[in-house]
Amino acid sequence: MTEIDPIEIKRIRWRSRRGLLELDLVLERFLANGFNQLTQAELLAYRRCLELPDNDFLDYVNGKAEIEDPELTHIIGILRRA
Amino acid sequence: MTVPVRHFDAVIVGAGGAGMRAALQLSEAGLKTAVLSKVFPTRSHTVAAQGGVSASLGNSEPDHWHWHMYDTVKGSDWLGDQDAIEFMCREAPKVVVELEHFGMPFDRNEDGTIYQRPFGGHMSNFGEKPVRRACAAADRTGHAMLHALYQRNVRANTHFFVEWMALDLVRDADGNVQGVVAMEMETSEIVVFQAKATLFATGGAGRIFASSTNAFINTGDGLGMAARAGIPLEDMEFWQFHPTGVAGAGVLITEGVRGEGGILRNSAGERFMERYAPNAKDLASRDVVSRAMVTEINEGRGCGPNKDHVLLDITHLDPEVIKSKLPGIREISIKFAGVDPIVAPIPVVPTCHYQMGGIPTNYRGEVVIDGKPVHGFYAAGEVACASVHGANRLGTNSLLDLLVFGKSSANSMIDFIKAQPAELPELATTDVDRAVARVARLDNQTGGVEVNDARNAMQRTMQNHCGVFRFKDMLAEGAAKILEVEEMVKKTQIHDKSKVFNTARIEALELENLIEVAKATMISANARTESRGAHVRDDAPDTAETPNGRDDTNWLKHTLWHRDGNRLEYKPVNMTPLTVETIALKTRSY
Ligand SMILES: Cc1cc2nc3c(=O)[nH]c(=O)nc-3n(C[C@H](O)[C@H](O)[C@H](O)COP(=O)(O)OP(=O)(O)OC[C@H]3O[C@@H](n4cnc5c(N)ncnc54)[C@H](O)[C@@H]3O)c2cc1C
Repeated sequence: MTEIDPIEIKRIRWRSRRGLLELDLVLERFLANGFNQLTQAELLAYRRCLELPDNDFLDYVNGKAEIEDPELTHIIGILRRA
Repeated sequence: MTVPVRHFDAVIVGAGGAGMRAALQLSEAGLKTAVLSKVFPTRSHTVAAQGGVSASLGNSEPDHWHWHMYDTVKGSDWLGDQDAIEFMCREAPKVVVELEHFGMPFDRNEDGTIYQRPFGGHMSNFGEKPVRRACAAADRTGHAMLHALYQRNVRANTHFFVEWMALDLVRDADGNVQGVVAMEMETSEIVVFQAKATLFATGGAGRIFASSTNAFINTGDGLGMAARAGIPLEDMEFWQFHPTGVAGAGVLITEGVRGEGGILRNSAGERFMERYAPNAKDLASRDVVSRAMVTEINEGRGCGPNKDHVLLDITHLDPEVIKSKLPGIREISIKFAGVDPIVAPIPVVPTCHYQMGGIPTNYRGEVVIDGKPVHGFYAAGEVACASVHGANRLGTNSLLDLLVFGKSSANSMIDFIKAQPAELPELATTDVDRAVARVARLDNQTGGVEVNDARNAMQRTMQNHCGVFRFKDMLAEGAAKILEVEEMVKKTQIHDKSKVFNTARIEALELENLIEVAKATMISANARTESRGAHVRDDAPDTAETPNGRDDTNWLKHTLWHRDGNRLEYKPVNMTPLTVETIALKTRSY
């Protein structure tokens, strides 16, 4: 996939609703600020983050664990600052 | 408008622990089972549960289901139905071991049995001393449970409809339940899922309060749908609160912070707990601390521009202690309150955690009105009221509730489905039309109210008028106010009318469910003039006849709220267990 179409963006927004409140809060803030400025590559990386189990995702965002996948390090860094 | 119809033996709304446990039972029995979920199943709110699931396995020391039953009845402040509680506690060891066989990675003892830890309220020998009864998978019990159940369901060919939102229940002219109307988020297409039996497992509705530990998805959709379909809601005045959530966010600050020397302060900087609990001060029990916090806020000594929270101060602690003894607290505070607790106090407020009430069921998971099962309708999990939690839930009994009643409702459904004719009856369309009209109203509304404004008004009204500690006048005012908010909700408008993943539309529809829960809660709480379990009123006198404000003469009964006319009625608590003697009324003290 090269281009992300507007429909996919809306799907990504809905999938940012999670099972953990802490993630909801961080991602809500990120969607309101930062999300629209993502590059295509960052957006693809963010979409992959949404596939992570909630607990792992939160641990990465909180800095409790380091993500091993090098392609996601950068986007997790952005989320940590969100 | 003609709405497409899909046919199943069973349709389940909700893919959390309760929904997936039920689905597994049905699919393994060879029934064609649909499960609808707003989000991917393993991202249901059950994922948040860390503490564990209770069962009297007795792996570390002697334990017995009868002791577990006693603790649950006592925890419920005697409002729990004793037949359902006996059933749950007896089933607990079976369903937990079953879950282990489904692949749940429980923590283990060296001999390979499930490791069990102590938990508040779990006692041996009828309240004598603490017992290890909680089974956990590290701090990811809920997550592990969802994964184990999801994998099994995939193997059993359960039909998952992910990112589908159920809109309304479908009942025929006789009140028989025929299925649900649902909307596919990707297309906004509306489809009827017709089935012989329908189960609601949609979880809780903690988002009715301004401060809640619940994820955004917990909007009480099952309760809203049931209420609109004429099903009463039971015991909705009972909500469990935690004293210290980050104000405005809801994220919990563990009680360990006060244990390490954290101090609660009001707007004048006063350590107010000295006035309420001169000895224990900030280490007083949960209810005493919550009550003091609310009293400070109500009397105008709250902090912040809206004077709606108090402060938890740890600035006097050595930063090294904060970092070593309270890991995570600093991060939570910086991230969600925007303050570094080493230099400034954390804004906190009592925070809603768990809903004890719900759709009235018996222990077989059948939805019951006037003592009779509603034809084809079942409920399990946090959305249901069996009632095993009564006025107050015992920790870890909720995950147990999902397993026990997920399974028992499915077993009832299997029997029911087998007794039905092979052909589904003709679909009644009144409820379908109503659901379509609700969506159309929203799409056509102009000059209306913003969804966020209406939601904020509801959450503030609930938090201020019907929170952890309740006052007569505030409740009466709240009951009037929540009806004003309802008028706002009837006129909500959305600006994005597009069809694809329209989050604005989904949130507006969720609000229509939340408001039903909010009304049920406020109106039921306003009427119950005693204190019991989690419903605590300032004006309920603590006398010899009514210890702690609990009035068994007048209020040992379940509330039933009807949406139609906001009518209340009551039904007796079942004090007759299945095989053992009644656990007799006693004052609840720990
Ligand atoms: C932070 C936290 C920690 C907790 N820890 C524990 C613990 O340690 N032990 C314990 O026993 N309990 C605990 N609880 C309580 C327990 O986690 C919940 O009560 C329980 O998980 C609820 O499960 P459920 O299956 O009823 O619903 P949920 O897991 O909330 O699932 C609801 C499902 O319904 C779906 N749904 C909802 N509405 C619709 C709709 N309109 N259309 C389609 N699908 C819909 C959702 O997508 C979801 O799949 C905790 C709760 C919280 C908030």
